[in-house]
Amino acid sequence: MQRKSNILRNLDWIAVILYIMLVVMGWLNIYAAVLSDEHRNIFDFSQRYGKQMVWIGFAFLMAFTIVYSNDRIYPAFAYLFYGLIVLALLATLIFGRVVNASKSWIPIGSFGLQPAEFAKVATALALAKLMSGYGFKLSGLWSYVKVGLVLGFPVGIILMQNDTGSALVFGSLILVLYREGLPGWVLAFAAFLVLLFILTLIYNTSTLLIFLFVLTVFLFIFYTRRYKDAFRITLGAGGVSLLIYLVSVLFHLKVSLSVILLVPLVLSVLIGLIYAYANRLKIVYLLALFLLVTVGFSLSTDYVFERVLDVHHQKRINDLLGIENDPLGWGYNVNQSKIAIGSGGFWGKGYLSGTQTKFNFVPEQSTDFIFCTVGEEWGFLGSTVVVILIASFLLRLLKIAERQTEHFARIYGYGVVSILFFHAAINIGMTIGLVPVIGIPLPFFSYGGSSLWAFTIMVFILLKFDAERYGAY
Amino acid sequence: MAVKVESNKRLVVAVIIVAVFVIIIAKLFYIQVIDSSYKFSAANNVLRYITQYPARGLILDRNGFPMVTNKPVYDLLMVKKQVVPFDTLEFASLLGLTVDQVREAFVAAQKQKGYSPRKAVTLIKQIPPEYFARFQEKMYKFSGFEVQPRTVRSYTLPIAAHLFGYVGEVDDGTIKTEPYYQSGDYIGVSGLERSYEKELRGKKGIKIFMVDVHNRIKGSYEHGKFDSVAVPGKNLTSTIDARLQEYGEKLMQNKIGSIVAIEPKTGEVLAMISSPSYNPELLVGRDRATNFKLLQQDSLKPIFNRSIMALYPPGSTFKVVNALIGLQEGVLFPETRYSCYGGYTIGRGVGCHNHPSPVNLIQSIQVSCNTYYCHVFRNIIDKREFGSVENGFSVWKKHVESFGYGNKLNIDLPHELKGIVPSVAFYNKYFRKGGWNSLTIISLAIGQGELSVTPLQMANLVATIANKGYYVAPHVVKAIEGESIDSDYRQKHYTSIEPKYFDYIIEGMDLAVNGPPGSGSTARIAALPDVRICGKTGTAQNPHGADHSVFFAFAPKEDPKIAISVYVENAGFGATWAAPIASLMIEKYLKDTITRPDLERYILEAKLLDRRAKKK
Ligand SMILES: [Zn+2]
Repeated sequence: MQRKSNILRNLDWIAVILYIMLVVMGWLNIYAAVLSDEHRNIFDFSQRYGKQMVWIGFAFLMAFTIVYSNDRIYPAFAYLFYGLIVLALLATLIFGRVVNASKSWIPIGSFGLQPAEFAKVATALALAKLMSGYGFKLSGLWSYVKVGLVLGFPVGIILMQNDTGSALVFGSLILVLYREGLPGWVLAFAAFLVLLFILTLIYNTSTLLIFLFVLTVFLFIFYTRRYKDAFRITLGAGGVSLLIYLVSVLFHLKVSLSVILLVPLVLSVLIGLIYAYANRLKIVYLLALFLLVTVGFSLSTDYVFERVLDVHHQKRINDLLGIENDPLGWGYNVNQSKIAIGSGGFWGKGYLSGTQTKFNFVPEQSTDFIFCTVGEEWGFLGSTVVVILIASFLLRLLKIAERQTEHFARIYGYGVVSILFFHAAINIGMTIGLVPVIGIPLPFFSYGGSSLWAFTIMVFILLKFDAERYGAY
Repeated sequence: MAVKVESNKRLVVAVIIVAVFVIIIAKLFYIQVIDSSYKFSAANNVLRYITQYPARGLILDRNGFPMVTNKPVYDLLMVKKQVVPFDTLEFASLLGLTVDQVREAFVAAQKQKGYSPRKAVTLIKQIPPEYFARFQEKMYKFSGFEVQPRTVRSYTLPIAAHLFGYVGEVDDGTIKTEPYYQSGDYIGVSGLERSYEKELRGKKGIKIFMVDVHNRIKGSYEHGKFDSVAVPGKNLTSTIDARLQEYGEKLMQNKIGSIVAIEPKTGEVLAMISSPSYNPELLVGRDRATNFKLLQQDSLKPIFNRSIMALYPPGSTFKVVNALIGLQEGVLFPETRYSCYGGYTIGRGVGCHNHPSPVNLIQSIQVSCNTYYCHVFRNIIDKREFGSVENGFSVWKKHVESFGYGNKLNIDLPHELKGIVPSVAFYNKYFRKGGWNSLTIISLAIGQGELSVTPLQMANLVATIANKGYYVAPHVVKAIEGESIDSDYRQKHYTSIEPKYFDYIIEGMDLAVNGPPGSGSTARIAALPDVRICGKTGTAQNPHGADHSVFFAFAPKEDPKIAISVYVENAGFGATWAAPIASLMIEKYLKDTITRPDLERYILEAKLLDRRAKKK
């Protein structure tokens, strides 16, 4: 009896209240999105809002169970959970049901479970277990290989399930690695590569090559302050380009612009290396390497885009970048989503008064595109409130994660924050055309039992750790 | 140290989170608050505007008989996205079309401006009710089609095609200049349909519905707050007497020409016939375009409204105008006599026919003496007080124009021509200044030469004579439901001739019809036993073929109820064809029975079309 009241007192109530607010607002929006004139009863369990109410009930039950059960099982059985979920993923791959071109559902009666949602929890636990292990330090190849293996199994199977969105979520765990020792420049470089990838799809290769060259020269100036040499190398590269161009025109050769630019680039890299050796400038080695890697990356992006991504994703990425402007074709989803949100204006159309979502102009309006209902009915004001609520929740969880004394709990906490952050940012970003359409739910908002339960479990395990933190002293 | 680094890392993560959500809020601000285009797109998505087309106003005759009414047709719309492959052959045969026509319709529909596969576009227009009924029974077989009821014109009698004009689809130019019209609307293209378009068209209504992504109607928008009801067009009461119009068209069968009958006191047009005509039903419905082309290619020009667009020399009927001007200018007196020995012999000379000689003014009209009017005309132009030919001519011209010649009478029909009254400048150019005199232009004395008038102007002249000096601008609509007509159509236009002089003219015209046998009366054929008709024959010389037969008259003499002009192209003497036609028309209008069946048969059986090209 004593212990129970302690637990409740020690629970981080700010996080709990934010959680409840998000879940309730989510339900209200599902109700608005699904509502039609024929169905008005909120307890109509044939409708999604009725079902979601049941899912929410179960979610609260799970939260209670976690809070009132022993938290030592998580570090103890982390690998077991992980192993079971990998098996479940494999089973799904073999026996699962195909929904929206993804084979990611396990049918249970008339309902279905998505093991991929729970895999996020299990993987976060397993990663915490690995990295909190005695003597584990995130340095050296072996440690990264181990981390890679823990992430690799679920990601690989989920990719095979054709559920790229869920697989990408695991990429967000780079934030955990960053917290636990991954150098900051790796994070920055990874971000740069993502940006470069998008730029490659928007601009042609030649423009990008010039951009990369100019960027490198600027970095060179920034680090060495050798303006004259920067000027010389730029002039030299430009001269060589011009020369090749003139020769090709003179002899009627068909030389592509990329080649005209690539030759001086490679020459610059070589000269740069000699220059670095002669002047004993370590930074120039790095810059030459940077140029080489990014140029190689850009050139291979087209290849990756064409060969690795399937048409489905190519189209979605193209839509996002405005490359294929076709409002009734592939871009239709994003376009309609933006129309719904944009038409909400500042004040919104009022609760249950949205027309775009109500009349099904927005696809997947109660799941992946639930934010459209928020935007349309609650306007900029409501959307901002929701965004701020989500951000506050994340920052609160971040604070909780950081205050964990136990390694396992802290690493797990960062995992929770990373996964929720990725979901929220990508989901909202996709509805307003900031990122490609990636089919992942908005935590606590989107309709669906699996994701709600997985996120609830994920969050309450962290809150349980946090509540028990005092007991551990 | 380690703690500091780690707390820095937490800060970096926090900054990343905040930065990303700030970007999201910024983008939300942009699309929700700054960029308003999404609001239009949203309305575009959800709102479906369904036009409610009003029925056009009816056109009634002067006795309230409905001449132009409406009948239902159906436009078939399609929403391409919802169309599933279907049996084209069945579809086509149900609608009374060929498979090729249906295919063409599909292609054309998808080329329409603003076409969208998600929106309803017109596929097949004006399906007649009998086909539509058959189609409707089978409509469940064809998904993605909707029906829009419309109305098109229906004519009780196959008459007055030129008067009514026709209704067509509005063209792009009109849509640009007049915002009322939208693509697919109907508009009056000619005739009354055109001049009273604003009254006849009514007001379109609109119903705004909300539709879902499948274009299914989910209910009215804002409970119909922005809906409007279609207001039917106003009914027009025409001045036309349908029976008279029908009879006139019958008389003019197989003849080219025009009849215009006016009620003198009011200027109301009782009948306006242009022959050959066509059945107005031809320009209604699906075959309109084909029929229009056929009518257009017809060498007899059936679409051409001769009553207000054909220009003829007035011929001998114009002598009355010269007589009136002579009287007014004091160069002619009722007792003035001139001898006639077969013509006027000065200058090139003007021939005359055989009649008693000499004649006074009244007799000159009765026998239509050319010589007499050569004297009169020269006396006017060369009147000493005017000082010069040019001045004399200008005075003459002013008098002529006061009869409504050389200007539009402003009838309420489009495309009226103003006719030609030559000017001093014209003759100065044609001859040279000072190179012409009253003798040079002597043809004007007998209504020939450079003078041309429309049949309407001729009818207006005889109405003016019947009114002894004034006319009311002729018009074909006497009342618009709930609105009074233009006040111009109630105003008297006085000529520059004093009313007293008209009596002599009327006497002359009376004698021309009712003079004793052997007295030289030119239009005895037109006489009616118990109605005193006053008339004047004419024979308008036609440089392109046989002369036109002209006659104008009014009746009864004591209280004129009808003034009429008749032109029969290439038919020779006015007495031969035009006079009996006018007489029958007058009898029909005043008595409603025909007491001279032989005369009627003589006219009905006459086929004068083939005399067109023959040069006299
Ligand atoms: Zn004579």
